[in-house]
Amino acid sequence: MKIAVCLKQVPDTEAEIKWDIPKGTLSRDGMDSITNPFDEFALEEALLTKENYDGEIVAISMGPEGAKDVLRNALALTVDQVALCTDDAFAGSDTYSTASVLAAAIKKVGDVDVVFAGKQSTDGNTGVVGAELAAILGFSPLTQVAKVRSIDAAGKKIVVERAVEGGTEVVEAKLPAVVSVIKGINEPRLPNLMGIRKASKIDIPQWSAGDLGVDAGKVGAAGASTKVVEIAVPPPRGAGEILKGEIEEIANTITDKLIDLKVIK
Amino acid sequence: MANDVWVYIEHKDGAIAPMSFELLGIGKQLADAFGSSVCAFVVGDKVDDLAKEAGAYGAAKVYAVEGDVFKGFRGEAYAKAAAFLLDKYKPEIALFRATIMGTDVAAGAAAQLGFGLCTDTIGLAVDGGKVKMTRAAFGGNYSVSVVNEKAAPQIATVRPKAFAMGEKDVSKSAEVIKESFALADADLSTKVVEFIQSATSVNLVEADIIVSGGRGLGNEQGFTVLQQLADLLGGAVGASRAAVDSEWIPYEHQVGQTGKTVKPKIYIACGISGAIQHLAGMRTSDCIVAINKDPDAPIFKAATFGIVGDYKEVVPKMIEKFKSKLGK
Repeated sequence: MKIAVCLKQVPDTEAEIKWDIPKGTLSRDGMDSITNPFDEFALEEALLTKENYDGEIVAISMGPEGAKDVLRNALALTVDQVALCTDDAFAGSDTYSTASVLAAAIKKVGDVDVVFAGKQSTDGNTGVVGAELAAILGFSPLTQVAKVRSIDAAGKKIVVERAVEGGTEVVEAKLPAVVSVIKGINEPRLPNLMGIRKASKIDIPQWSAGDLGVDAGKVGAAGASTKVVEIAVPPPRGAGEILKGEIEEIANTITDKLIDLKVIK
Repeated sequence: MANDVWVYIEHKDGAIAPMSFELLGIGKQLADAFGSSVCAFVVGDKVDDLAKEAGAYGAAKVYAVEGDVFKGFRGEAYAKAAAFLLDKYKPEIALFRATIMGTDVAAGAAAQLGFGLCTDTIGLAVDGGKVKMTRAAFGGNYSVSVVNEKAAPQIATVRPKAFAMGEKDVSKSAEVIKESFALADADLSTKVVEFIQSATSVNLVEADIIVSGGRGLGNEQGFTVLQQLADLLGGAVGASRAAVDSEWIPYEHQVGQTGKTVKPKIYIACGISGAIQHLAGMRTSDCIVAINKDPDAPIFKAATFGIVGDYKEVVPKMIEKFKSKLGK
């Protein structure tokens, strides 16, 4: 079975993000980067799939050169191949451009049965790249996956559980499929020292727009149909009121204030 | 004249829930600014009741695709039908709710049409002949406004509860336009084989009141008293990442950057310090009450009302007061 996994490098979720508003770019100085937390679950699911069914894993990332770290971490966890889609032309991509580049990479890998991805990134937070990727590739779209029940590469069939509004949906789909996973689907493992050491020596292949056969004018800032017209700092929430006094008095005041909102029925 | 503004009517098995019509309110405002009409569009196996209700909530027209293949909810099939309608009529903008169902349809449809979309939108305004869509970025520390110049239509998913519902007026009705869109089971690659109803049925996104707990609860028993308060107020129980990672409560309750984004009318945060990653998921709540022992906890900066104290004393006391004041 051929397994692909999409990994994104994001700013550390504990870091405070500073945006250079006039320039419209992130101030990356001193900012730690990590693998998107949701993608760690996708990577673990790829590793589990390989262990359970046999196969090979190709990890793909799109981003600046620094995103190599994310792929190196995947190599340390014993994925078989990696590729970094990187090109100045990719900068400023919107969700559709991102999905188009990833789709081109998956086509370049060829014969992929299942693509794992995190359900969203913690920086862009759009949560739609998985569904768009499936639509572009013509693969089965499986979003919000909480469990993979079975994968039958020979029979071209996958059965998953999706966590949806009000419950769990069991979905049977044809392969190839794009599976975007939620937190809790598994317990991501950590690389060991030997893995890290080995990974540090591996050269990471880079794929440019040309390598991928992607029209540079149709991706990145040039191709993005979504244009940023304004970046602003939202007004801070009004200074809150700290309720003081004995607990009896505080409880009395807060319950009055909340009842006054006329939300509680 | 500008084209119409379309609102996607989300539903499961044709069930009518008021929230399905939520976006007709803001849709009407945008259409008024354009001098066009707000219309609904719906996909399903039986759409007549939904179309009628959409009319009562202000839709001038309802565009529908109907067929047996749409029984239950199938994101893949719904996205294809939605893309067909949007491509045929090319409204100015199509609004979907930023729920799991709504996002599946919106993302699938946008990709089929070949352009991006704006997700989890919290601001919509007509600006220079286009709809400017605003979303929160980086934990809500910034807001980013975008216009999708090349897309026809623009597509946005909209954060539930970000805009007020429109008024319902049963005397109003919509013209219903049913389009035939042939789609066979064989054209689809996914099939829902079973639906397992959740025992707890947490629906944080739709809840008007959320009582949430964090690491400061100390243990999983802490959620028992939070649940009592939530039940009393008709609300839902939320949690911070720390509480979920400690396995005190399942992931479906998590609010924040790696959980759900919520905008309830009242959010009561108990023992939650207010890390950036948590604030990202709840800072747009209408009223935030923070209860924390640490007076320096960052949550107090986001709170409408702050209570410096132990939730173990404060919450039971609040329950007692609510019971007597609400006569429950």
